[in-house]
Amino acid sequence: MTFTTVATPTAYAGSPRRGPVTRLLEDERWLALVLLLPTIVLLGLFIAYPFYKGVELSVTDAKVGVPGKFVGLQNFEQIWNDGIFHVAVWNTCVYTAVATVFKLALGLWLALLLNNNFKGKAFTRAFILLPFIIPTVLSTLAWKWMFDPTFSVINWMLYQLGIIHSRINWLGDPNLALISVIIVNIWRGVPFYAISLLAGLQTISPELHEAAAIDGARAWQRFRHVTWPLLLPVTLVIVLFSVIQTFADFQLVYVLTGGGPANATQLFATYAYQIGIGTGLLSQGATISLAVFPVLLLVVIVQLLYIRRVETH
Amino acid sequence: MARIDRRRLLRVSGAGAIAASTGGIAAILASGRAPAYGQTTSIHWLRWADFVPASDKVLKDQIAPQCQRALGIKLNIEMINANDLQARVTAAIQSGTGPDVIMLLGTWPQLYVDSVVDVSDVAEEIGKAQGGYYDTQRILATVGKKWIGVPWAVGGGLVTYRKSWLAEAGAEKFPETWDEFRAIGKKLKAAGRPYGQTAGHTFGDAPGWWYPYLWSWGGKEVAEDGKTVVLNSKETIESVKFAVLLWKETMDEGGLAWDDSSNNRAFLSGSISATNNGASIYLEAKKKPDAYLTESGKPMKDDIFHAKIPKGSGGQFNLGGGFTDILMGYSKNQKAAKDFLRWVHTKPVFEQWFTSQQGYTSGATIAWEEDPVWDVDPVLRPFRDLPRTGRLVGYAGPPDRNAAEVVTKYIIVDMYAKAIQGMAAEDAVKWAHGELLKIYA
Repeated sequence: MTFTTVATPTAYAGSPRRGPVTRLLEDERWLALVLLLPTIVLLGLFIAYPFYKGVELSVTDAKVGVPGKFVGLQNFEQIWNDGIFHVAVWNTCVYTAVATVFKLALGLWLALLLNNNFKGKAFTRAFILLPFIIPTVLSTLAWKWMFDPTFSVINWMLYQLGIIHSRINWLGDPNLALISVIIVNIWRGVPFYAISLLAGLQTISPELHEAAAIDGARAWQRFRHVTWPLLLPVTLVIVLFSVIQTFADFQLVYVLTGGGPANATQLFATYAYQIGIGTGLLSQGATISLAVFPVLLLVVIVQLLYIRRVETH
Repeated sequence: MARIDRRRLLRVSGAGAIAASTGGIAAILASGRAPAYGQTTSIHWLRWADFVPASDKVLKDQIAPQCQRALGIKLNIEMINANDLQARVTAAIQSGTGPDVIMLLGTWPQLYVDSVVDVSDVAEEIGKAQGGYYDTQRILATVGKKWIGVPWAVGGGLVTYRKSWLAEAGAEKFPETWDEFRAIGKKLKAAGRPYGQTAGHTFGDAPGWWYPYLWSWGGKEVAEDGKTVVLNSKETIESVKFAVLLWKETMDEGGLAWDDSSNNRAFLSGSISATNNGASIYLEAKKKPDAYLTESGKPMKDDIFHAKIPKGSGGQFNLGGGFTDILMGYSKNQKAAKDFLRWVHTKPVFEQWFTSQQGYTSGATIAWEEDPVWDVDPVLRPFRDLPRTGRLVGYAGPPDRNAAEVVTKYIIVDMYAKAIQGMAAEDAVKWAHGELLKIYA
C-alpha cells in the first residue's frame, strides 16, 4: 500500500460541493468558536448565570417570593457588622488552613507509600479512595455516631485502653467541635490528594532517581531535589482545587453540628444557608456567599501566578 | 387508563357541576361522584416524614385512595426530612413550580406570606365547624385577618421521664418548680441518671426547651409593640445563671452537641432520666416493649410518664408548635387544593390520621380535645392540654419574620450555650440582646 492514493487531490473529488457551514468551519477562528461553544454554554448556564444572579441578589433586599428593590451595598454593610459572620469568617479560615496543611502532608505521605511496589498494590490504591467515593452525608453520619457524646466508639476505645477516665465531648466543646469537623474533612480529603499526587509521582522518570542515587543522594535528598520540584506544579493545582472546595464546604458541618454549639463551627456556607434558606433572606444569604469570592479570587490569583512561575523555571 | 366515552363524561361532569354549584363539598360527597375536574386533577402535597411513621402510612394507604374516590383528585403525597422542607419551599417559590400544598412547621408560614393563596374561606369554615382554633394556631396561620394557611395539628413538648428513677431520687411526682427540679436533678446526676437536653443547633428540641424555660422566668424577647427589644432583663439574666447551674449539676453535658434524635436515643438506652420531647420516645418504647427494658428487665414503656416543664415566676409554658398547610400561589390547582383541604379536615377523614398519631399531636381546633384517642392511653393524655399553655416565639410580639430569624440563628439557644461554655451570664444576655437589636432594627 502506498500513501499516494490517499494524498492525491482526487480524494476531495467525492464531495465537490461543500456547504457554507463546512466552508465556514475551515476558517480556524470559526472552528475554534464552534468547538468552544458547548463549554461556553455550560459555563454560562451553571457558573456565570448563578454568579450574576448572586451579585444581583446581594444588592437588593429580596426575600423568598419577594423580588426586592435595589439597596446598594447595604447588605454588605450589614454583614460587616454582624458578629456571627465574623465568627464564620474566622472559622472558615482556620478550617481551610488547618485541613489543607494536614491533607497535603498526609496525602503526600500516602502517595509516596503507594508509589512503591508491593503485593495487592492495585487493590490498596482503589481501597484508599473509599472515603472520597462514599457520599459525604453518609460517611459524615457515621462520624456523627463516632463523635456522639453518649455512644462514641472513640471514647469507648480510649476508655478501655485506660487513656481517658471521663468521656470527651467531641462536638459539644467549642474548640473540640471545630477540631472534630476538621478531622472529618481531612479524612475525606486525603484520598483525593493521595491519588492525584500519586499520578504526579508516576510521571517522574525513575531514571532521574537512579541517576541521583548513583551520584550518592540519600532518600531524603532524592525527595528534596528530584521528586518535590517535579511534583510541585501538580501539588499546587491540587491545593488550589482543595482550598476552593474546603472553603465552600457545607454538608459536613451541616450534618455534624449545624454550625453549633453557639456558632463554634459556623462556616460561610452554613451561615449563608441559615440566613438565605432558613430565614428566607435571600439577599443576605447571597451576600454572605459572595463574601467568599474576593478571598478565593485572591487565593486563585496568587496560586496561578506561582504555578506559572514554577513552570517557566 | 379507562376510556371515558361521551355519555359518561356528560353524566359525571353534570353531576359534579350541579353538586359543586349547589352544595359545595358536602353535595359532592353526597353525590358519591368525583367532580368533573377530578378526572385529571392531581394535588402534590409535601409534608415532613412524621415522627410517627404509622401516620404516614395512613395518609398514603388510606387517605390518598379515599381522596381519589371522594373528590376524583389524585393525591400525591411526598414526605421529606423536616430539615429539608425550607430548601424545597424556597426552590419552589423562586422557580414558580412545585407542590400545590406544603405543610410547614412553627413560624415558617410567616416567611412566605407573599407566595401563598388566601385560604380564609377554608380555614374559617373548618374552625367554625370544630369549635374554633387555638390562639397559637390562629396566630401562626394568619396575617392580620387573612389566613395564609390551614392549621393541620399542634405539636409540642412535655418532659418525658422515668418514674421509678425520679421516685428513687425522692420525687413522687415530677418537680413542679425549678428549685425542686434542681434538687432532684442533683441526686439523679450523682446516681448516673442525669436529665438530658440539647443546647446545640437543632430545629426542634433546642428552641422547644429554651424558649419555654426563658418565659417561665419572666424573660421575653420584645415588648408588646413587637419592636422594642427587652431581652436584657433581670429575669433573663437570672434564668441564664440558673441554667448554668442546672447544666453542671443536673444535666448530661454532652447535650451541647445533641440533635433532635440524640435525646431519644439517650433516654431509650437508659443514659438519661428525663428530657423535654414530643411523645416519640414513649411511642417507640411502646412499639418495641421487648427491645427497650429497664434495668430490672421490665418493659421501659411502663416506667415512662409525661409532665409539664417546671413553672417559674413567669409561669409555665410550652413552645406552641404548629403544623400548617400552605396553598402555593403558583399552583394551577387552587380550587381542587381548597376542596382537598376542606375534605381532609372533615371528621371521618382527619380522624383516621389523628387516631394513628396516638396523641403525638393535638388537633388545631378545640373539638379534637374530645376525641376518643385521648382515652386510649392515659400516659399520652397530658399532650391533649398542651395547646392551651402554648406560647409562640417572638413573645410578647408576634411570631413574625424577625422572630423567625432569631430562631433560625439560634440566638436564644446560643445565649444559654455561651453561658454554659463559660461566658458570664450578663455578657451572654448582652450579646443576645445585641443580636436581637440588629434583627428588629
